[in-house]
Amino acid sequence: MTQKSGSYSSPRRSVGEMIRAFFYEIYAFIMNLADVVLTPLQRVIGSRNMAYFFVLPNLLIFGIFVLFPMLLNFRYAMTSGTGLFLSDRPFVGFANYRALLNCTNFFDPNTCVEDRFWRAIWNTVFFVGFQVLGMVIFALVTALILNRGIRGRGFFRSVYFYPVLLSPVVVALIWKWILQRDGLINAVLISLDQERVNFLLNADWTKFWVIFVSIWAQMGFYMLILLAGLQSIPADIYEASAIDGASPWQDFRGITLPLLMPTLFVVLVLALIRAVQVFDQVYVLTNGGPGTATFYMVQYIYNTGFSGQPQRFGLAAAASVLLGLTLLIFTLIQLWLGRSSEAV
Amino acid sequence: MLFSTNVGEFLTRTRGRRRWDVTDVIAYLYLAFGTLLMFLPVLWLVLSSFKTPAALVKFPPSILPYNQEMAAVEGYDEPLPLFTVTREDGSTAQMVQIRRVGIEAQMADPANPADVISVNINDREPVEKLSLAWENYTEPLARFNFLTYLRNSVIVTVAATIITLLINSMAAFALSKFEFRGRDVILVIIISTLMIPISVVLVPVFLVITSVGWVNSLWGVIIPGAATPTGVFLLRQYMLTLPDELLASARIDGASEWRIYWQIVLPLAAPALAVLAIFSVMWRWNDFLWPLIVLSRSELFTLQVGLNAFQGELNVQWHYVLAMTVLTLLPITIVFAFLQRFITTGIATTGMK
Repeated sequence: MTQKSGSYSSPRRSVGEMIRAFFYEIYAFIMNLADVVLTPLQRVIGSRNMAYFFVLPNLLIFGIFVLFPMLLNFRYAMTSGTGLFLSDRPFVGFANYRALLNCTNFFDPNTCVEDRFWRAIWNTVFFVGFQVLGMVIFALVTALILNRGIRGRGFFRSVYFYPVLLSPVVVALIWKWILQRDGLINAVLISLDQERVNFLLNADWTKFWVIFVSIWAQMGFYMLILLAGLQSIPADIYEASAIDGASPWQDFRGITLPLLMPTLFVVLVLALIRAVQVFDQVYVLTNGGPGTATFYMVQYIYNTGFSGQPQRFGLAAAASVLLGLTLLIFTLIQLWLGRSSEAV
Repeated sequence: MLFSTNVGEFLTRTRGRRRWDVTDVIAYLYLAFGTLLMFLPVLWLVLSSFKTPAALVKFPPSILPYNQEMAAVEGYDEPLPLFTVTREDGSTAQMVQIRRVGIEAQMADPANPADVISVNINDREPVEKLSLAWENYTEPLARFNFLTYLRNSVIVTVAATIITLLINSMAAFALSKFEFRGRDVILVIIISTLMIPISVVLVPVFLVITSVGWVNSLWGVIIPGAATPTGVFLLRQYMLTLPDELLASARIDGASEWRIYWQIVLPLAAPALAVLAIFSVMWRWNDFLWPLIVLSRSELFTLQVGLNAFQGELNVQWHYVLAMTVLTLLPITIVFAFLQRFITTGIATTGMK
């Protein structure tokens, strides 16, 4: 309890210690104040039952704002109308799901009643596929390189990680500025005698840049986890294989990759779950456009339920139930893989 | 065969090798290129944010903020732009432009503004110098609600982080150090919701917020995310490692459970609390979708929502948007600069975001 020493007065203390002592005094004062009520409470309900008091605040907020809404969502998905309160909303059974799934050909959004939903789905599938693949490859290669005896590893690690901290809005604005018609990339293209491209008005280019930017922004996070995984592989395994005369490629195939597999799976699933929820960055960068080229699932939910008129809460809720089920499947796969890799 | 050996060597650890070879060169090239790719966009943003609107629309753009020099001239309220004019005889002079009509510009010597001559615009070059357009920062701060957005963001981030730390650590203490009925049920529920994001329950949470009357209130942004399953899980795992004997001896000394919590458990869990605090600050400062839904009155906007609205309504005013973007990323960057080692190791060991 080093902090406690702050409450004793010693003749010489540095400024930092004094500041810390000051905050500790405030902290201790508030906590002591709470004890005035809580000690009698403990006397009444007994010390073992204090556990209920400790979980209560968290449980209350969790129940009201997470658990209850989750259950409510199923109910919402079975109502229609424009009212927000359930009493104003007629029950329609599975009609919302039927509307979402009403397609002659699921691979062609034009044949669907809710064509935007299916455009969002196929766009999301495309995005998730390439984004997760690119992310894992770049994160893995960077982690492997940083795991060599690289000088200045701390510096590189920080540089690659820095964009992770930036908000999606900031990331989107940075790249919007670079990709605009008179932006940096077009200046480089012109200096190389190439045609200028209006990146954010071209459907194919936007699909590429949206994936590129999200890899740029998140790669550092997965790289860190992979790097930690690589560093937990004991060095003597490599020493033993060096004595056996194994080639570096054999080392990689036979030691690094199998031992890194559990970490790689965690990274894969985390990246998958985040990619399915892609929203804010793209919303600011392209607003789903041009047309519906970068229109994804969460934006469908947001537009249907909140920004469009009329606000179709029922349809949005049904879509989010389907999204939630998809995420649940990924989570279960992760738990299952986590368990089986622990068993090995 | 040679290829696979090289690739393999490239991909395996080679710490402590004596001599340099081609794989080292490739590795450092990759890292140098990556560093540029990661850092250049941010640097470009910062440099651009110091350019005047006139310099921003110039194409191709200059790298550093070269802005046109202005000269205050007697008889004119605003400073006038300065140009280097080439006369017909080939001599040059620095003159200010009073107005421009088509391809002709009316220009004058700043020392003698009454004597106006007409110059073809191809015969003049703007006088540029390296200068920082601080007005990009000061003007929007004065004219728009940016300080209000900043204040809202700080309130949300600080309040949410304190509440999160308090209620999560209380719950974690109960879940790690007590045996009570319902504990396992609570744990299972918390773990199974670890991966459920708010985007899945947007509609019903919005209903709850409306019923409580928290639409257009900062509480509506702060509270729903406060009971993070991630935080409870992280803190509980850490508190499990604290020795029970410590708590038992404190109980014998007559300490109340609350005193044990705040005077023994919390100080010992400080490293885990610090990691959660960093996560929470990051989540809250950068949060976008939920504040976007809860807050519709602009005086309540957080920085992220405000910044988005700002770039939407002032689509062409890039000089303001860029400067405000820099202001938004500044606090996080400063925190990272001081705590980067702590943050990177913290995330690597807990494996979450």
